Amino acid sequence: MSRYFLDARRLAKRFPQPGSEPLTVFEDVSFGLDQGEFVCIIGHSGCGKSTILNALAGLDSFSEGTLEMAGKEVAGPSLERGVVFQNYSLLPWLSALENVEFGVRARFPLWTKEQRRAHSRKYLEMVGLGGSEARKPAQLSGGMRQRVSIARAFATQPKLLLLDEPFGALDALTRGVIQDELIKIWSATKQTVFMITHDVDEAIMLSDRILLMTNGPQARIAESVRIDLPRPRQRDQVIHHPAYYRIRNHLVDFLVNRSHELRGRTVADEQGFPPEINPALDEPAAAARVVPLTPVKEFHHG
Amino acid sequence: MKASISLRAAILSVVLLVLLLVVWEVLCRVPASAAVSADDEYAMLMGEAEQEARVPPPSVVLAHAYAELSQPFYDNGPNDKGIGIQLAHSLYRVLTGYLLAALVAIPVGFVIGMSPLMYRALNPFIQILRPISPLAWMPLALFVIKDSQTSAIFVIFICSVWPMLLNTAFGVAGVRRDWINVARTHELSPLRTAFSVILPAAMPTILTGMRISVGIAWLVIVAAEMLVGGTGIGYYVWNEWNNLNLASVIFSILMIGVVGMLLDLLLGSVARLVSYQE
Repeated sequence: MSRYFLDARRLAKRFPQPGSEPLTVFEDVSFGLDQGEFVCIIGHSGCGKSTILNALAGLDSFSEGTLEMAGKEVAGPSLERGVVFQNYSLLPWLSALENVEFGVRARFPLWTKEQRRAHSRKYLEMVGLGGSEARKPAQLSGGMRQRVSIARAFATQPKLLLLDEPFGALDALTRGVIQDELIKIWSATKQTVFMITHDVDEAIMLSDRILLMTNGPQARIAESVRIDLPRPRQRDQVIHHPAYYRIRNHLVDFLVNRSHELRGRTVADEQGFPPEINPALDEPAAAARVVPLTPVKEFHHG
Repeated sequence: MKASISLRAAILSVVLLVLLLVVWEVLCRVPASAAVSADDEYAMLMGEAEQEARVPPPSVVLAHAYAELSQPFYDNGPNDKGIGIQLAHSLYRVLTGYLLAALVAIPVGFVIGMSPLMYRALNPFIQILRPISPLAWMPLALFVIKDSQTSAIFVIFICSVWPMLLNTAFGVAGVRRDWINVARTHELSPLRTAFSVILPAAMPTILTGMRISVGIAWLVIVAAEMLVGGTGIGYYVWNEWNNLNLASVIFSILMIGVVGMLLDLLLGSVARLVSYQE
């Protein structure tokens, strides 16, 4: 049985409920990430995306299933897996540089202070914050804080980087700029990235593959959508690529229609992996489901 | 016109002070009876002078303050020491008891804040011990310790320990989950997490507790020294009352206020050092 770099098999999360059946947030969730891959996961609120990410980080646990990274079981948090939280989670009493150094110090405890400082400075400059080293998080804008957080995560050079809706709280312009920076660092470092997002365009811009989750409870990963757009992707050009709207329509159609139609249904193969779909090639499947482009940015049911 | 508010406030403060002093002075100078005898000294000897003892006017108090403050550290034996020596004795007791309390309260508060089990186990003790007036411990302390100086320090200890303990526990328990998660994803040891994440995060709350404690300790030391006697500002106030030296009593009351304010300012500036903005 071939194993992925990150290999999740038949994961499930259930909460016991007094006097009734346990509540199943998601079940039969299997997926694999290759080394160096950028994978986004999309799904409506409540489908358990964050639980999956927290479990990958080692901060939360599954009820069933196995999770391995590089052949080793994931048990508890580790510096091998860096996390960028949605609310940045910077330590407010430390400056931007000290926040990055905090991570570097944990990762490379034997380095001298100068080494740590130089390394941290390099990563702060990578995210375009060279001039704001001494500022405290409270003196930085939301976008700048998230950049510090990204610098902290990349500076520890984890094997897997987990991003929990990192741009959710940012305005569209800032979001675009930081997405570009993220991709720039990712192409330079070739780290494996797993990211949660609500934004279809953001997912297409960034990912090699997108995992689509059905609605919860009893959520599953319904499809793994390959994004075959050439890199580097320019924001203004990628939208003119012939495959772009086919991919986009496919994703929007999933979120609007199929995410609840498929809820609780088994769609996976015998190993539990979701079918892989390439809307760029799969013309009839994608073309048949053209949907209007109005309700795009974010989807919350209820 | 931004600076003008503080300037105007300062002017108003001075005006109020002058007004207060003038009223006080005038009230002290009004004769009790309009009939002033020609032979005051004779009347006094015969016990016919004003029966009523008077609070000294501010001019007398200020003159006394000037005399005392110009040589604060004189020592003419057990019953006549300068105000500086008395205050130093009180400060020594307060700071010793207070620092001992901090050494106990902050680590214990840390444990209580981190562990819900310890919180529940220790909470009944804290709830019963906390409302006890620190002076109520005095007889027991004198009996067990058999030394008035150490008993006074113990009383300071027992009154400063609670606000620091509860604030530390509260601050530690309230550290944001996200910051703990940052420590966890960076594989910090429990000790490193405590010192590099939880302590700085809880520090402003801990300092608030320390500030409340030092205020209470300074309130209590005066009463404690009135009981144990010997030295200290509390003893001094009581001793001057026994000497019927009202100018000295008023002067030492003011000094208690000034020193209390300085202690608070000191901790306030430390609190500013460790505060952070989210």
